Amino acid sequence: MRAVVTVIGKDRTGIIYSISKVLAESNVNIEDISQTIMQGFFTMIMLVDLTNMTGDFKQLKSDLENASAALGMSIHLQHEEIFDAMHTI
Amino acid sequence: MALFKNVIETIQMIEKEKLDIRTITMGISLLDCVDSDGAKARQKIYDKITTCAQNLVKEGERIDTELGIPIVNKRISVTPISLIAGASNDSDYIEFAKTLDKAASQVGVNFIGGYSALCPKGFTNGDLRTIQSIPEALATTEKVCASVNLGSSQTGINMDAVRLMGEIIKKTAYDTRQDDSIGCAKLVVFCNAVEDNPFMAGAFHGVGEPDKVIHVGVSGPGVVKTALEKCHNASFDEMAEIIKKTAFKITRAGQLVGTTVSKRLGVPFGILDLSLAPTPSVGDSVARILEEMGLEHAGAPGTTAALAMLNDAVKKGGIMASTSVGGLSGAFIPVSEDEGMIESAEIGAITLEKLEAMTCVCSVGLDMIAIPGDTPATTISGIIADEAAIGMVNHKTTAVRLIPVYGKTVGDRAEFGGLLGYAPIMKVNPYSCDHFINRSGKIPPPVHSFKN
Repeated sequence: MRAVVTVIGKDRTGIIYSISKVLAESNVNIEDISQTIMQGFFTMIMLVDLTNMTGDFKQLKSDLENASAALGMSIHLQHEEIFDAMHTI
Repeated sequence: MALFKNVIETIQMIEKEKLDIRTITMGISLLDCVDSDGAKARQKIYDKITTCAQNLVKEGERIDTELGIPIVNKRISVTPISLIAGASNDSDYIEFAKTLDKAASQVGVNFIGGYSALCPKGFTNGDLRTIQSIPEALATTEKVCASVNLGSSQTGINMDAVRLMGEIIKKTAYDTRQDDSIGCAKLVVFCNAVEDNPFMAGAFHGVGEPDKVIHVGVSGPGVVKTALEKCHNASFDEMAEIIKKTAFKITRAGQLVGTTVSKRLGVPFGILDLSLAPTPSVGDSVARILEEMGLEHAGAPGTTAALAMLNDAVKKGGIMASTSVGGLSGAFIPVSEDEGMIESAEIGAITLEKLEAMTCVCSVGLDMIAIPGDTPATTISGIIADEAAIGMVNHKTTAVRLIPVYGKTVGDRAEFGGLLGYAPIMKVNPYSCDHFINRSGKIPPPVHSFKN
């Protein structure tokens, strides 16, 4: 099961460090990372694998939200299938 | 990079443009709960609902978390109570309404639909008793929604039911007068009612449906409006294409939610209803889409044409995206639940007559319209008859949800709260239709050929 982590906000040091730390602690593997500046905002998207995740999805989401709040950024964790469903025929 | 674009677009749709799954509605058949002893029947109803739907809210919330798309309402529709209570020896059905309310509270849903009667050709005793008890049922329960289907293209219009419903709506308004006659917001009168509608207040579980089923209602007027904003000078053909593509994406999100809920609950997936259903919050309005298309306000000349195009394009996009499209699927135009429509009504840009014309080309009917509390019952019946005639002749569902707000008149405003919103009291044609409504019998069904 794969999910997409999206982080949006003002660029600063330590973003990837803080987010990947939470993911590593839950044994979530990062498969791909891309980042860009969109409309003046730093935007990072990670594709992660939840297969061996320890703990549950809700907890991971909450941990990620806490980490991004500390960075002053917004974060989303969503199953990959929502994007496939909406954007592919 | 394609993923990047898709992810950002999806998040924007959800966060800024208010894309949401409006409702997951579990349809539950109560046919196996019938009993000549009303108390036994009610116990079976309570047990069946609380067993079938015990995990509905929990699973809905879980999927909301996992997909990151809000699932606003979890609801239940049941077999029309006129059929179930009608099989008992009871003559007072209020306890059935209370049982539904209690079961709905137990499983945590916010509405339960199906306090309904189907009487397009005439009444059974069960139909009459159900209809007569609607005012008290809606005044004494919180979550129960009622509906009456009184006409169809095949059978014509039961004008006795039309006359009766005018009186019932007035009585419901009086019985809930403390809260701006809010009982009427939970009562829909239909012609050509569909049996798999997930949206309240008109949802009921038709007898042709399976024992249990999951229906999903998706919304997203804000997403359509934003898509149109990006191409301000597009031609009509281009606009239709944009709406279709947007509807496709919205429908796909609903389809995913529906099939996931269905799999997890072990309940078959029924239909996906893609309806642009507005809410009173800014950015979630169908009227604003019409304005984006080039009208100064909803209700201006051109409104019916714009709505016809919008409704059709939404259906086409939805049908491409899912083979399970059903329910009402189109655009809703409730006045009190649409911030742009409220503004149009307040400044006089839209009238009851224009709304009636609009219902000829969109998915439902005269919806959530507050009218003066002293409107005669026969006038309400006349409006119902007109709307039912539109549905009957055009082979489409039409509905009437009027609120004659007790003690208020044109210039006042009714407040319903929450998703039901607020509405200015709209002017009603003052001329009488008493003699017409007080005739008895049926309007025969129209011919289905010679369509010139």
